[in-house]
Amino acid sequence: MWLSIAFLIGQTMMYASPIIFTSLGGTMSENSGVVNIGLEGMMVVGAFTAATVGFYSGNPWIGFLAAGVAAGSFGLLHAVACVTFNADHVVSGIAINFLGPGLSYFVSRLVFDGATQTRSLDLANKIPRPLDPLFGSNTFFELVLNRYATAYLALIMVAVVWFLLYRTKIGLRIRSVGQHPEAADTLGIHVRRVRYFAVIGSGVLAGFGGATLSIAIVSQFRPGLISGQGFIALAAMIFGKWKPQGAVLACLLFGFSQALVVFLGLRTQAIPTQIMSMLPYLITLFVLVGFVGKAVAPKALGRAFGEDA
Amino acid sequence: MKRINALLASIVLLVFVGAGAFAAAEPEADDDTISVGMVTDVGGVNDNSFNQSAWEGLQRAESELGIEVSYLESGQGSDYGPNMDTMYDTGKDLIWGVGFLMADAILEAATANPDTNYAIIDFAYADTPDNLVGVVFAAQEPSFLVGYIAGKMTETGTVGFVGGIAGAVIDGFDYGFHAGVQYANPEVTVLRQYADSFTDAAIGKSIATQMYLEGADIIFAAAGLVGDGVIEAAREQDLWAIGVDRDQNYLAPDHVMTSAMKRVDSAIFQISATLQDGVFPGGETFLFNLANEGVGVAPTSDIHVPADLLAEVDDLSQMIIDGEISVPFDEASFGEMGYE
Repeated sequence: MWLSIAFLIGQTMMYASPIIFTSLGGTMSENSGVVNIGLEGMMVVGAFTAATVGFYSGNPWIGFLAAGVAAGSFGLLHAVACVTFNADHVVSGIAINFLGPGLSYFVSRLVFDGATQTRSLDLANKIPRPLDPLFGSNTFFELVLNRYATAYLALIMVAVVWFLLYRTKIGLRIRSVGQHPEAADTLGIHVRRVRYFAVIGSGVLAGFGGATLSIAIVSQFRPGLISGQGFIALAAMIFGKWKPQGAVLACLLFGFSQALVVFLGLRTQAIPTQIMSMLPYLITLFVLVGFVGKAVAPKALGRAFGEDA
Repeated sequence: MKRINALLASIVLLVFVGAGAFAAAEPEADDDTISVGMVTDVGGVNDNSFNQSAWEGLQRAESELGIEVSYLESGQGSDYGPNMDTMYDTGKDLIWGVGFLMADAILEAATANPDTNYAIIDFAYADTPDNLVGVVFAAQEPSFLVGYIAGKMTETGTVGFVGGIAGAVIDGFDYGFHAGVQYANPEVTVLRQYADSFTDAAIGKSIATQMYLEGADIIFAAAGLVGDGVIEAAREQDLWAIGVDRDQNYLAPDHVMTSAMKRVDSAIFQISATLQDGVFPGGETFLFNLANEGVGVAPTSDIHVPADLLAEVDDLSQMIIDGEISVPFDEASFGEMGYE
């Protein structure tokens, strides 16, 4: 009983941590008024970069940071298109969702002898599990707390992004350019500069999310590793009403329902697996309809600065 | 600014259309060399599993028979049809579909284009057109053998089976494995769970972690890329996994005990060769099994499995070939043969 609860909590964290990073990224970008559906593509770039750099440097943290840099540069690309050239945010995001995986596979083929799959890291070269030596195997605390460092980092990032958005000057500016960029402009805020910051930041966080999958949850990158997590993170962010604290709850709910599918799957053979695998989406839908009130997007979301409102 | 919007949108469109045009403009094959293409399922060509095995078979055909080969990867189910069309448009003499997920797409393409030959891995049609060949594997046979190894090697008395998407192909692995374990030791418990995916490594890891928690010490995964997650869990828990389709020991040399191999490479090589010889067996379905070495236990098994146990496995293998042991391949045959 206790072990089952511990297993559920632990697996919830495992599933949730990559999408927490990414949905925080989405929160930053969208609060500044820039729609970012390119999160999925940025996650792929991050996952690939982390696995590749981690493999060659032998240090997972260098890989992790490199993932932030690589995906952040896709954030820059998105910012150039949407902020400087006022391109349609959705079109640019879709382009990034094609470009990110395409470029990753292409570079992978160059680096790994024609394979779109990186070579797997040794356990010692993956993101460490800091609490690993503290607990005996398969005890309550081990199952709950023996997580990869990225899981803890994801929770810390929630507080960081919350603090940034609601307790700092730059956070206030991000939110104001997302609500009414023209008004912010008359107050002397560099609307485009603030949006650049937020969009690049969202790329960096999405890259961390991808890295969490490729060098903590598993130990290599391959096509299909990121299959929809970026979109789930986007949904979680909307579900969480464009707030970091809301988004993290949505991610945890989604992670919990995934863990529940695995937990029930072994115990009830009566329910077909196809029905079971719908569970996370059904739970999310019911909670969204039943318990979460109306979500209000930032007013200037998706609208270019300087265009007629 | 509206104009720049439109300009950017058209550039993006142009890039995609251009990419499509380039893909379609590959040179057509000369008349004297045969060209063979394959379309992977969602696993991709480097799945460490049967798509990769299929491509290895074609590469062998390229180097030994001088056949011109190429592949297209399918990112999702909706890519199967367009990939088939692209292959047809580039003038292939034979087009392979790798995996039962593509059964409908191939049948449709074969019916629409009677002037080209098609073949599919892991599917037998009730009524096969004359330009289509089905290839199926007796997956239950190697699964029975690795099940026997697991049943003998387990120290906890519990082993696990992780399946991808339930269906006729995975049933063979599932029931063959269960039967093998029972044949080795009826006291051993077999846990069974399906991921309902062939790509989600995280769910594979989660399922395997739970099975190890429930006391399993050896887990056999027949689930494509989901198996990567199972092997990852085996590494973390320092327990055993059993690989599938190819010899997967190299993925985790200390934790992959053995693998149930399906020689997709040799099937693809042999059938592509018939085309070159002008005796393509259109309309037929081929079964690859232990007797014709189309399936088997991985050669690296001798690293972790004791030699005397492997000798028993060889004897069992011979008994299966001779028909002294029949191996169940689905729920019905499993019950009929007295397993439970």
